[in-house]
Amino acid sequence: MNAFEWVNATTVDEAIGQLGAASLLKAGGVDVLDRLKEGLDAPPRLVNIRTVKGLDRIEGDAATGLRIGPLVTLAALDVHPVVRKSFVALADAAGHAATPQIRNMATAGGNLLQRPRCWYFRSRDFHCLKKGGDTCFSQHGENQYHAIFGNEICAIVHPSALGTALVALGGSVELASSRGKRIVLAEQFFLPPAAALERENGLAEDELLTAIVVPPLGASARSAYTKVGEKESFDWPIAEVAAVVERSGANVSRASIVLGAAAPVPHRATAAEKLLAGKPLTRETARAAARAAIEGATPLSENRYKVTLFENVVRRTLLDAGGVR
Amino acid sequence: MSAPVPLTHITRARNGRPAKRRAQFTVNGEPVDVLFAPHKTLLEVLREDLNLTGTKHGCELGECGACAVLVDGEPVLACLVLGLDAEGRDVTTVEGMADGPALHPIQEAFAQYGAAQCGYCTPSFMLTAQVLLEKNPSPSRDEIREALSSSICRCTGYVKIYEAVELAAARMRGEEADILEEAIYGR
Ligand SMILES: Cc1cc2nc3c(=O)[nH]c(=O)nc-3n(C[C@H](O)[C@H](O)[C@H](O)COP(=O)(O)OP(=O)(O)OC[C@H]3O[C@@H](n4cnc5c(N)ncnc54)[C@H](O)[C@@H]3O)c2cc1C
Ligand code: FES
Ligand code: FES
Repeated sequence: MNAFEWVNATTVDEAIGQLGAASLLKAGGVDVLDRLKEGLDAPPRLVNIRTVKGLDRIEGDAATGLRIGPLVTLAALDVHPVVRKSFVALADAAGHAATPQIRNMATAGGNLLQRPRCWYFRSRDFHCLKKGGDTCFSQHGENQYHAIFGNEICAIVHPSALGTALVALGGSVELASSRGKRIVLAEQFFLPPAAALERENGLAEDELLTAIVVPPLGASARSAYTKVGEKESFDWPIAEVAAVVERSGANVSRASIVLGAAAPVPHRATAAEKLLAGKPLTRETARAAARAAIEGATPLSENRYKVTLFENVVRRTLLDAGGVR
Repeated sequence: MSAPVPLTHITRARNGRPAKRRAQFTVNGEPVDVLFAPHKTLLEVLREDLNLTGTKHGCELGECGACAVLVDGEPVLACLVLGLDAEGRDVTTVEGMADGPALHPIQEAFAQYGAAQCGYCTPSFMLTAQVLLEKNPSPSRDEIREALSSSICRCTGYVKIYEAVELAAARMRGEEADILEEAIYGR
């Protein structure tokens, strides 16, 4: 780890005042410490925002939607009664990430903004595309955990479980800087390699993420999230899916299906969503939607297994969201 | 819009070397006042500056759980917490479990069951179990497995750890519980 200055910010304005090229923000620190230890980041100044007051609240309910402070921990999201009951995909995404101890430390904002876990990116020995080099080593290397969609330029998978759930739920992030505030739809916030090779989202250098906003779900809508990892504990997912199923009468009026650990951004399965609209949710339609979800996948040499896995995880998550047993 | 940060909040790095920072917090109920470089993790501060070596260095990446301590009563990984982040908070390490010479019931049960072999993982399991039993005096085996899923043990195969936690839980509920013979001699 490099030597750095340390600043405890106590208000949003103090935190914003410290932002810039020389500073790295630290919330829970889970991702930041890993990056500092590996030497991926060597900031002259570390700005601790865990000390900022008032950013650790969950406000709202099923009818109004949620406003989640960026310092809310994954552990708190997992057990919050409103999130648990009405935004199941979000609670389960938070509650299945990492381990109980990491969930006590990890914040919602940090989860969305963590850097990818691609082992070439994380290792200081590989000067990959994302770090300004000219090669994506995963294309012809060890790519069993890499992307099966959108992987032509750089094959990272987006690491954030909350990101997958947030896109499925149609949520947004609120970003603040000295220029003011803006709200960006999560789906547009995360950026693919073609749009931004050296970062994964549209956060500007002088911006602080000040809230995560989740709109209310329709009265007949239900969400679900499924994660599959190699181990039950500790592991990042090899496949995860968040889905929302909204009904009008017996038929699905709207489905939202998002795949995580599949592409450099949370990956919306548009064809599967279209296929379900206007039809009842049954084992057959769920199977057809799952098949549509994996169409067009471009697996790499070692990750073809993920295509079949995703087909099953999409189907199971849809049945779960639709309450079909 | 942004207010200047008071200078007292800032440590200036000199000649590439960090000025040491002072942090005050409590460890096992006692106030401590320590001076250390800002990049030191809580794990390093506990072991190197406070001589509390019960907390172990493992992977350093959040992937093994050996470094678990309690901060404000919740289990966290000391390898991913900076020492300065402990400022003003209450830290509990395995050294804080015993009451003078009297072992904590969890420690006693671990010793009786042989739930520690090399012992490297043991502090983390015992501290995490302590928090679990404070919140849930009668956890099911699955609840114990879930709560303890943040730590890896290469020696015991976990069964004796779960049994030790169940024994300690029974004793802490005031039941007259004793060790299962077959668990010691195999079944
Ligand atoms: C063993 C292990 C397993 C894991 N498994 C999973 C998993 O299954 N699923 C999953 O989703 N994650 C997983 N993680 C990742 C973990 O959840 C994230 O590292 C964590 O959520 C990051 O949150 P933090 O608060 O610690 O962020 P920090 O490390 O403090 O920050 C992360 C990044 O976000 C920036 N940042 C943080 N907050 C703000 C803000 N408010 N405004 C602007 N910038 C900000 C920081 O500058 C930094 O770049 C795992 C981690 C480990 C170690
Ligand atoms: S040393 Fe901290 S989790 Fe392994
Ligand atoms: S007793 Fe050796 S690692 Fe658990």
